[in-house]
Amino acid sequence: MDHITASCIIADHVVYTNGKAVFESPSAGIQDFLLSVYQQTGVQYPKFYKMDNGSKLGWLACEWLLREGFRPADYRPEEVAIVLSNANASLDTDYKYYATVKEIPSPAVFVYTLPNIMMGEISIRHHFKGENAFFIFESFNAAFLAQYVHGLIESGSARACICGWVDVLGEEYKAALFLVEKTAGATDPPAGATPLSAENINNLFQITTRHE
Amino acid sequence: MKDIFVVSDNIFSPLGATTAENFSQLKAGVSAVRRHDRPAMADEPFYASLFDPAADADEPFVSAPFASKPLAADGLYTKFERLLLTSISDALKTGDVDPGDPRTILIISTTKGNISLLEAAPGTPANPALNRRMALHTSARLIADHFHFANPPIVVSNACISGILALLTAMRLIDAGSYDTAVVAGADVISKFVLSGFGSFQAISPGPCRPFDRSRDGINLGEGAGTIILSSCEKYRGGIRFRGGAVSNDANHISGPSRTGQELCQAINKSLAEARLTVGEIGFISAHGTATLYNDEMEAKAITLAGLESVPVNSLKAYYGHTLGAAGLIESIVTLQSMREHLVLPSLGFGDNGVSMPLNICSSLLHTSLDNCLKTASGFGGCNAAVVMSQ
Repeated sequence: MDHITASCIIADHVVYTNGKAVFESPSAGIQDFLLSVYQQTGVQYPKFYKMDNGSKLGWLACEWLLREGFRPADYRPEEVAIVLSNANASLDTDYKYYATVKEIPSPAVFVYTLPNIMMGEISIRHHFKGENAFFIFESFNAAFLAQYVHGLIESGSARACICGWVDVLGEEYKAALFLVEKTAGATDPPAGATPLSAENINNLFQITTRHE
Repeated sequence: MKDIFVVSDNIFSPLGATTAENFSQLKAGVSAVRRHDRPAMADEPFYASLFDPAADADEPFVSAPFASKPLAADGLYTKFERLLLTSISDALKTGDVDPGDPRTILIISTTKGNISLLEAAPGTPANPALNRRMALHTSARLIADHFHFANPPIVVSNACISGILALLTAMRLIDAGSYDTAVVAGADVISKFVLSGFGSFQAISPGPCRPFDRSRDGINLGEGAGTIILSSCEKYRGGIRFRGGAVSNDANHISGPSRTGQELCQAINKSLAEARLTVGEIGFISAHGTATLYNDEMEAKAITLAGLESVPVNSLKAYYGHTLGAAGLIESIVTLQSMREHLVLPSLGFGDNGVSMPLNICSSLLHTSLDNCLKTASGFGGCNAAVVMSQ
């Protein structure tokens, strides 16, 4: 059996973990907001400053997600998978990179013109070496995600998976990450965990609209 | 894993419009990489594998008011989409696959898709119509609609392992029973965006690339498309099978490969385990072999760590350049054709060993029966992938 054992949503200037708003910053722009969320983590991670907005958002959501009971000692690095998705790939950074081409093309920006780079940043931070996959959908596809992640865990390709949605374009952004873990006995899931299903993922994803 | 068979395949590249055309050129030692002088793409001449410029134009979109154009109208597909359409059309000619069957799924692999449209309209992301038109899910939907696929398509965009990951995604969805058949197609187009980006990393060779060679000095870029149709339907039994695969992350650096090769080795080991094969049963490895110093060195270490250092290896990058999101597909299809024709192609551009762990790099046409083959790839973001094919 696999369960969603934690979630983190970052949208509309609010960070939610496991369904509760845990941080809010009425900052004007995305840049300031991401910085305030970073500062709130209390982590010193200089690499954060060189990331593009997509990687910053994914990295931050993962940082908050893993504080909700994830025990790294339970897993070998290759047992933790990351499966992410979004609508706009790396378009936000594609524009920023192409703006440098007229003067001197910037390798430091170019490297972020691939959506999977955020999985590289998360892997480096947490030393995860397992399965990676990045998918593009017009809108959040909970059914596909639940199916794919269930398959990874069922086949033994992973024992835990960080999965979800990280999308940034200009000032618009939303991250929704879920920690899915293979739980030993179906009769005894961890407190607060919900079974992995499209419906349960969608309910967690929709949290921001429920609060409005 | 279920038995998953190859139904049909296509390579659409500057070397030819079918797998057979491509393979006959490769057997004759023909490379599509040549010197181009195209000021619209780069200030200086460069080596790459490109389609004829006459077939290049994206004009209908570049000059169009995006919002008012009917997206699905024939003739208004971008170059990226036309590559996919051409490749998928040919693959669908063989094998009696019905895209309208609800048990069939379309999976598209690409890294940069329609990025050349951005070059015509740079600036801020403030043009929603352009952004929608460029989006990879838009292209995927147009292609799915063209062939009347019953299911919405899936897009994989995972740097240079996209093609293998798309195949692996198909295998996993079929194995889980979600679908019986998957049409897996990948493409990328080379434009100023991609060329300047790899150039900014000093990663492009000033001449034809030389994978695994002592004097290798970078990649050539290439454009093209590839399609493989996979199915678990019994009527396709007898075709080559895709038997196992895996992905790993280096967790080391976003633009440089692992120093040890341990993580690619991990993906290779997991692939072999899933395919229930031992290293001694692998007859050939189609490597990523980009011809950068660090990639080839890492791959040599990984292949050696896996115990596969004596197995014949080649890289196809000196024939096709690095075709990015199409590479995993095109290179897997060449492997399929090698298995059918019992023929391993020489690794073009290789002369003297240039990696610390010498591999068995093919330097001439090798006639040998191939039962089990391995295809690998690695890419930005520290990702590695491997897949195993058997006949």
